[in-house]
Amino acid sequence: MDPFEDTLRRLREAFHAGRTRPAEFRAAQLRGLGRFLQENKQLLHDALAQDLHKSAFESEVSEVAISQGEVTLALRNLRAWMKDERVPKNLATQLDSAFIRKEPFGLVLIIAPWNYPLNLTLVPLVGALAAGNCVVLKPSEISKSVEKVLAEVLPRYLDQSCFAVVLGGPQETGQLLEHRFDYIFFTGSPRVGKIVMTAAAKHLTPVTLELGGKNPCYVDDNCDPQTVANRVAWFRYFNAGQTCVAPDYILCSPEMQERLLPALQSTITRFYGDDPQSSPNLGRIINQKQFQRLRALLGCGRVAIGGQSDESDRYIAPTVLVDVQETEPVMQEEIFGPILPIVNVRSVDEAIEFINRREKPLALYAFSNSSQVVKRVLTQTSSGGFCGNDGFMHMTLASLPFGGVGASGMGRYHGKFSFDTFSHHRSCLLRSPGMEKLNALRYPPQSPRRLRVLLVAMEARGCSCTLL
Amino acid sequence: MELEVRRVRQAFLSGRSRPLRFRLQQLEALRRMVQEREKDILAAIAADLCKSEFNVYSQEVITVLGEIDFMLENLPEWVTAKPVKKNVLTMLDEAYIQPQPLGVVLIIGAWNYPFVLTIQPLIGAIAAGNAVIIKPSELSENTAKMLAKLLPQYLDQDLYIVINGGVEETTELLKQRFDHIFYTGNTAVGKIVMEAAAKHLTPVTLELGGKSPCYIDKDCDLDIVCRRITWGKYMNCGQTCIAPDYILCEASLQNQIVWKIKETVKEFYGENIKESPDYERIINLRHFKRILSLLEGQKIAFGGETDEATRYIAPTVLTDVDPKTKVMQEEIFGPILPIVPVKNVDEAINFINEREKPLALYVFSHNHKLIKRMIDETSSGGVTGNDVIMHFMLNSFPFGGVGSSGMGAYHGKHSFDTFSHQRPCLLKSLKREGANKLRYPPNSQSKVDWGKFFLLKRFNKEKLGLLLLTFLGIVAAVLVKKYQAVLRRKALLIFLVVHRLRWSSKQR
Repeated sequence: MDPFEDTLRRLREAFHAGRTRPAEFRAAQLRGLGRFLQENKQLLHDALAQDLHKSAFESEVSEVAISQGEVTLALRNLRAWMKDERVPKNLATQLDSAFIRKEPFGLVLIIAPWNYPLNLTLVPLVGALAAGNCVVLKPSEISKSVEKVLAEVLPRYLDQSCFAVVLGGPQETGQLLEHRFDYIFFTGSPRVGKIVMTAAAKHLTPVTLELGGKNPCYVDDNCDPQTVANRVAWFRYFNAGQTCVAPDYILCSPEMQERLLPALQSTITRFYGDDPQSSPNLGRIINQKQFQRLRALLGCGRVAIGGQSDESDRYIAPTVLVDVQETEPVMQEEIFGPILPIVNVRSVDEAIEFINRREKPLALYAFSNSSQVVKRVLTQTSSGGFCGNDGFMHMTLASLPFGGVGASGMGRYHGKFSFDTFSHHRSCLLRSPGMEKLNALRYPPQSPRRLRVLLVAMEARGCSCTLL
Repeated sequence: MELEVRRVRQAFLSGRSRPLRFRLQQLEALRRMVQEREKDILAAIAADLCKSEFNVYSQEVITVLGEIDFMLENLPEWVTAKPVKKNVLTMLDEAYIQPQPLGVVLIIGAWNYPFVLTIQPLIGAIAAGNAVIIKPSELSENTAKMLAKLLPQYLDQDLYIVINGGVEETTELLKQRFDHIFYTGNTAVGKIVMEAAAKHLTPVTLELGGKSPCYIDKDCDLDIVCRRITWGKYMNCGQTCIAPDYILCEASLQNQIVWKIKETVKEFYGENIKESPDYERIINLRHFKRILSLLEGQKIAFGGETDEATRYIAPTVLTDVDPKTKVMQEEIFGPILPIVPVKNVDEAINFINEREKPLALYVFSHNHKLIKRMIDETSSGGVTGNDVIMHFMLNSFPFGGVGSSGMGAYHGKHSFDTFSHQRPCLLKSLKREGANKLRYPPNSQSKVDWGKFFLLKRFNKEKLGLLLLTFLGIVAAVLVKKYQAVLRRKALLIFLVVHRLRWSSKQR
């Protein structure tokens, strides 16, 4: 018995009936999303606190406000984004109507992760709804409390003939993926990303995969260690390190390390107090499995700061590791926890070489007073995104596309990029039935004279048209 | 195979393909190749498809040259970083999108337009700064050999290589890791390519196919309509991914359409079509036999003549075709044009929507509203209204499919974008750390409120400008008041000087 068959059929029928096409319908859905966020603020905060021990600040800033911002942006720009886009014409098409029509794909599947269970579910949803698709949402079963709110409360705010939430673990998700969708948007690990793309290949379904990697953070000798420590620590320990774009490890010289360590200690104490476990501003690890994995990583290198853990609380202290070898587990997998290893390099060149030997990360960071050094790291590496002298601030700008490259993912979204991701850009050329004499040039039978005309036309540089 | 790919990757890692100058040089070299080796190129393609010189030029070479010229002209602008709109939090920072090459690109070409469908993507990949492995279709043997011979003579031999071979070699090749795979071909192999790509998380562009419907409305000039359809359908002997695959029209139009197409065919190819230098042949015996089998049990209105020895199939039109028959089950890719009668445009739209999304959709009508309705109520890769094929020719259009007709797009700048990673970059300074206190723990309600303010408040230049102006006005007023006495004295002095100058100038 396939639990998803009916739901999917229902949504497809609604799409074929054209329900999601009109701008008014889409705007109503977006407004519904906005109301969901406003009317259930406390409920959502509580759920996030329950799942990840998120503070009100983190919940507001990294989950609710971001989602709200995307809703507002989409509502404000919906009609402009939906408009047919006129394109420049060439000689042959001068008198025709040429435009790109933005069309919804149809039935979209969004698979969301557990680390920012609201943000990473709703922000893609905004794009999918704005683009006029019917959506199946599969929230992460690991962030149970938020999953419950999304399953029970969210549908009340949206038209349920065009939107459904489906629940389940890896097995159910596998079953779901056997069905045909018109677009799949997945946020999660590269390992599961491959599974999703393989399943999508069977139906030739286009995908956006927001994956992860080890985001390097190069710290130059020429900078103020306290400022750097503040910024790196904030982005590293935010959400207890469970952020796909968090700085994963530091690359710096041994001298810089000497200056950085006391600065980091001072920052951590200032942020979380002497007993970080009792700080309301530090999150917790999502579940036992992740906790055990992270606790094992604490054995790598040498603990310079932190290192404490508490199983009953799934608490891991903000930790800094030194004397770490590249072959150790902490440098082999994406950490996704409040552990920051420092790897020594002798120069920026060595750092760049280290970075380029590895998979392309989702984000890359470089800290230096010298803009030349920052720009050098930028131009000589590749990554999803880049931020100089700060952490993942580039994510707060909706005018910047957000996505990975290589093993860190494919496709992008945020703001208008979301709308474009969930739309098919259909080229439309409307020719006039007249002007047939011009067309005569292209019809057989061809003659040497015609060939000459064509050759002469080709001589003209910039002839980007086919003079048929 | 692995060694070859590794060699190309090493070449890419050397960084040689990145500088703008290098890319422009390679594109210019490609252009020279097309111009200097014209004879070889024509000979190869003609041998594969029995194509006339003119047709090679107008269908393949002209598009390639146009694309190269377009790249040469615009590439310098495309490679530059594009600044983006900032918000309050990033007001003082540099924010832009920087295009970067992806790395090693695999381009798998097709056999029906073996030159342009391999070279046009290559142009985009080179322009974007990548290294490229080209795998031409083995079905168009002569072109494949020609490309393997000519490309290394003009392009960098380590960065751009041609690998020839059949299914076995392609399968081996697909096991390797690439940074983008560009495939043109059929749906079945498209799935195989995407599955292979999934193992390495390689993004793909798949230019596939389908049955491109062609709806003919009552309200149109049938003479012109039939001429345009005839041209697009029998071009390259029907072996075009965006050829009008079948016609949908009201039954009453069928006879007229048949007659007019027949007349047009005579006009285009003469009485003895076999002798016409403008009529091509089927690529190989397997496809010849396949297309032949589509004729079984069909009502042939005209055409239907075949000659296995030369792989010739005459331009053919079928009438009253049953949608359940074989000819309506697969992409024809041959010179057979079925007409499926429908009651009206509603039935036509339903018919189209019951099937897979095609690569192209055509609708002929004087009624603009009807055309609009067709577009609004269906989906396809692209659309040309009142003509066929032409949307392929405008490179400001992203050319590609949707659903089972493909994913991704290219041509012109879209090629450049397809083969680039558009990397978002934010450059801040280490100064003004004090301002960051707002975001650091320990948190408080006021910090939450500030956070919301900065994230949700729009950076409105006009309002800010006004605020600034007001502020400056206030400052000016305060300064004037403070230095009143000094200003008065200075004002008197200035007045006297000016008066003196005017008086002295009047004297002259």
